[in-house]
Amino acid sequence: MGETKKVILRVKRQAGPKHAPRWEEFALNWRPAMNVIICLRDIAENPVTRDGKKTTPVTYESNCLEEVCGSCAMLINGKARMACSALVDSLPQPIRLEPLSKFPVVRDLAVDRSFMFESLKRVKAWIPIDGTYDLGEGPRMAPETQEQAYPLSRCISCGNCLEVCPQVNENNAFVGAAIISQVRLFNMHPTGAMHARERLEALMGPGGIADCANAQNCVKACPKEIPLTESIAEMNRQAWKQALLGWLFG
Amino acid sequence: MREPKIIVVGGGLAGLMATIRVAEAGVPVELFSIVPVKRSHSVCAQGGINAAKNTKGEGDSTDKHFDDTIYGGDFLANQPLVKRMCEAAPGIIDLLDRMGVMFNRTTEGLLDYRRFGGTLYHRTAFAGATTGQQLLYALDEQVRRYEADGKVNKFEGWTFLSAVIDDGGICRGICAMDMRSTEVKTFPADAAIFCTGGIGAIFGLSTNSVVCTGSAQSALFQQGVDYANGEFIQVHPTAIPGEDKLRLMSESARGEGGRIWVPRKPGDTRPPNSILESERFYFLEEWYPKYGNLVPRDIATRAIHRVVFQEKLGIHGQAAVYLDLTHIPREVLDRKLEGILEIYEKFLGINPRKEPMKVFPGMHYAMGGVWVNNEDQATNVPGIYAAGECEYQYHGANRLGANSLVSCIFGGGIAGPAAVKYARGLAQGCESTPASAFERERKRQAAMNEALIRQEGGENPIAIWRAMGELMTEHVTVTRYNKNLQQVDAKLRELTDRFRRINLSDHTLWSNQTLNFARELGNMLVLARVITLGALARNESRGAHYKPDFPERDDANWLKTTRANYSNGEIKLTYEPVDTSLIPPRPRRYDVAR
Ligand SMILES: Cc1cc2nc3c(=O)[nH]c(=O)nc-3n(C[C@H](O)[C@H](O)[C@H](O)COP(=O)(O)OP(=O)(O)OC[C@H]3O[C@@H](n4cnc5c(N)ncnc54)[C@H](O)[C@@H]3O)c2cc1C
Ligand code: SF4
Ligand code: FES
Repeated sequence: MGETKKVILRVKRQAGPKHAPRWEEFALNWRPAMNVIICLRDIAENPVTRDGKKTTPVTYESNCLEEVCGSCAMLINGKARMACSALVDSLPQPIRLEPLSKFPVVRDLAVDRSFMFESLKRVKAWIPIDGTYDLGEGPRMAPETQEQAYPLSRCISCGNCLEVCPQVNENNAFVGAAIISQVRLFNMHPTGAMHARERLEALMGPGGIADCANAQNCVKACPKEIPLTESIAEMNRQAWKQALLGWLFG
Repeated sequence: MREPKIIVVGGGLAGLMATIRVAEAGVPVELFSIVPVKRSHSVCAQGGINAAKNTKGEGDSTDKHFDDTIYGGDFLANQPLVKRMCEAAPGIIDLLDRMGVMFNRTTEGLLDYRRFGGTLYHRTAFAGATTGQQLLYALDEQVRRYEADGKVNKFEGWTFLSAVIDDGGICRGICAMDMRSTEVKTFPADAAIFCTGGIGAIFGLSTNSVVCTGSAQSALFQQGVDYANGEFIQVHPTAIPGEDKLRLMSESARGEGGRIWVPRKPGDTRPPNSILESERFYFLEEWYPKYGNLVPRDIATRAIHRVVFQEKLGIHGQAAVYLDLTHIPREVLDRKLEGILEIYEKFLGINPRKEPMKVFPGMHYAMGGVWVNNEDQATNVPGIYAAGECEYQYHGANRLGANSLVSCIFGGGIAGPAAVKYARGLAQGCESTPASAFERERKRQAAMNEALIRQEGGENPIAIWRAMGELMTEHVTVTRYNKNLQQVDAKLRELTDRFRRINLSDHTLWSNQTLNFARELGNMLVLARVITLGALARNESRGAHYKPDFPERDDANWLKTTRANYSNGEIKLTYEPVDTSLIPPRPRRYDVAR
């Protein structure tokens, strides 16, 4: 038997938010169907760099390991994607792992994405039900409406669409495509539509939809293939309509 | 009147529902979760949620749902609460619908229902093949609304370490660790509701998410909260084998017509699509003509093991069988199962619309869990409640598919108000608990962390975890022998000794994931023993618990709940009767009509 095939990994390490980043390289034993999370676990089991130096396990976020929880977003060979579904055999080596750059680094590959959850609050991304008491069935909905809305409701808040957006930067509080698309989802629901105005107002405020410069990177980066540009176009229409009505009757 | 304060630990379906109910009662909630609650394991649930809405003219009823659940659970569940759950289920679907869950619809705009295992009715509401995600988001959004109103305060990225229990044995709050700063802190509360989910990590590989370790349940157990029916572990028949996770292929694949088969000829190396119909062995359909591919999970899992290990008919001689969807129209697959087909395609690079999937059973669900009463989710320690997968109440010896989501929401929905009622009725709230009680617990937990950080042993926590997982999977899942179970217990003790000599290889105090994992591992080792000892003692076969040496269900001796408790470092098993007051136990057989 020849020498075992290796997977070469370069990981950008950062001990904490205020520490300087540095790179470490690892050589791991290749196995079939390996993904990036498996590589990171290998490192945790034997935290030694390629040149034999002892190091610490890499800090990163993960949970579902099937691309539905949104935890494990990172830059893999410079591209924002989910580590759990990034198969080693489909990646050129050395595989470079870096934290998402548009969010504050916590440690190594883990970043703080609470901005996204705060934005969901801002735009009131919920159906304001009267209570959990038994109030009968929900509104009927045409299957076509469901088929349009369901893909939007699969957003896992991974942040990839923010990562690739040139408008998301230090000088700008742009909420990003995910949030705009969520507003569309809630405005589509029969009950949600009753409160569409509130959500639109939030979306028309600072950091809102007007900040979108139509780069269209978001839709390509979304692991759930959410039609983000379509959502942005639709919300622009709704926002214009509301602005116009406000101007006419306001 | 003083305003009580309630803590919820865990923000999956159960925890979020409990939170909503407490907040709705006007009581402030502190919600703790390791991961941001929107990333909880419940998002993995694929197939759907059960409720007997009888929308297809089949004559389904909540009574039939109740009977299917009890029968499917092999009569080990206490019946009155299960009945209440089945009666509440249609209302739960209505509520979720009102919250905006994008359930699949019929042409009339009503909710659509599919079939699932262990029933003959279309009883399962679904949102594509990502139902859990959709339900979790709906509850997450309602909680966010309360959060925006200042009624809920989230502590995401915090891990629960222990309860604060006063000298009178009453829970007065919790002790938790900020996983970033590794700061250990106590939080006073009048009641705490635990909704910390599954325990898959104890088996190394499972269909569960990474944080499903059962660590919180074990920590509570070690503080005197009893644990029930630990030995009942569900192994799902159809998972995709993998090195990091056994990714589930939901039962909905079979609910929509998917068929399980192997080539009749042992070791047949031809590609599946070139094997003729007559050369295929649809063993579930042959052995269980009435339920066919939709027999309950324990039955399907054992059948697959039999075909693979005894009849040596696994695909290419390997531990795998085909799950075939290729005969189902593409349009139906994409509309109803896309989410799971995507998983297979993404992780294996094979299109399951064109080629049968290769699957094998994988550890999936814990029927057992924290002991709670038959009324309102209270544990044996005053002030501690539990709901969701972490408790034991609803599924007996085997859970039916799509019954967990409903039990989580139902259980969380009663735990919330029950905790509020308890807290309001307390003569003395947590504010009158002496500060020393909190400080004592904080110090104890901080000292455990410091010891782990400083320790310079030679053992690696991941290696110990893997060893534990392999032992548990091999001997404490599908087929159990007493001799092996005894050896497992001895080996778990050895692993516990090795655990005392672990080296974290990360001795820093910022966002140290190894530290947290080590804490979890210590707790997993204890719960692994509870499961093993429960299995060892139960000399019968019932539901998911199967011993070839005791192949029959033995109601005379074993129609009883295992209740483990912990004192002075010892695990003790006691037993209590099952409430079978509503449906008299009868033999459970799926090969003939009932
Ligand atoms: C792949 C898969 C598919 C499934 N499909 C279905 C289905 O179709 N239908 C069905 O009915 N059931 C299904 N199930 C089962 C169902 O998903 C789970 O039983 C259910 O989601 C559990 O919900 P929960 O609220 O109890 O816990 P979880 O959703 O697991 O949430 C647990 C919460 O506790 C937190 N937590 C855990 N430990 C700690 C700690 N120490 N400190 C702080 N927080 C902690 C976590 O962060 C999380 O927020 C499926 C399960 C799997 C694995
Ligand atoms: S829209 Fe897509 S890329 Fe953006 S957060 Fe949601 S899932 Fe991620
Ligand atoms: S771990 Fe959940 S998306 Fe990757």
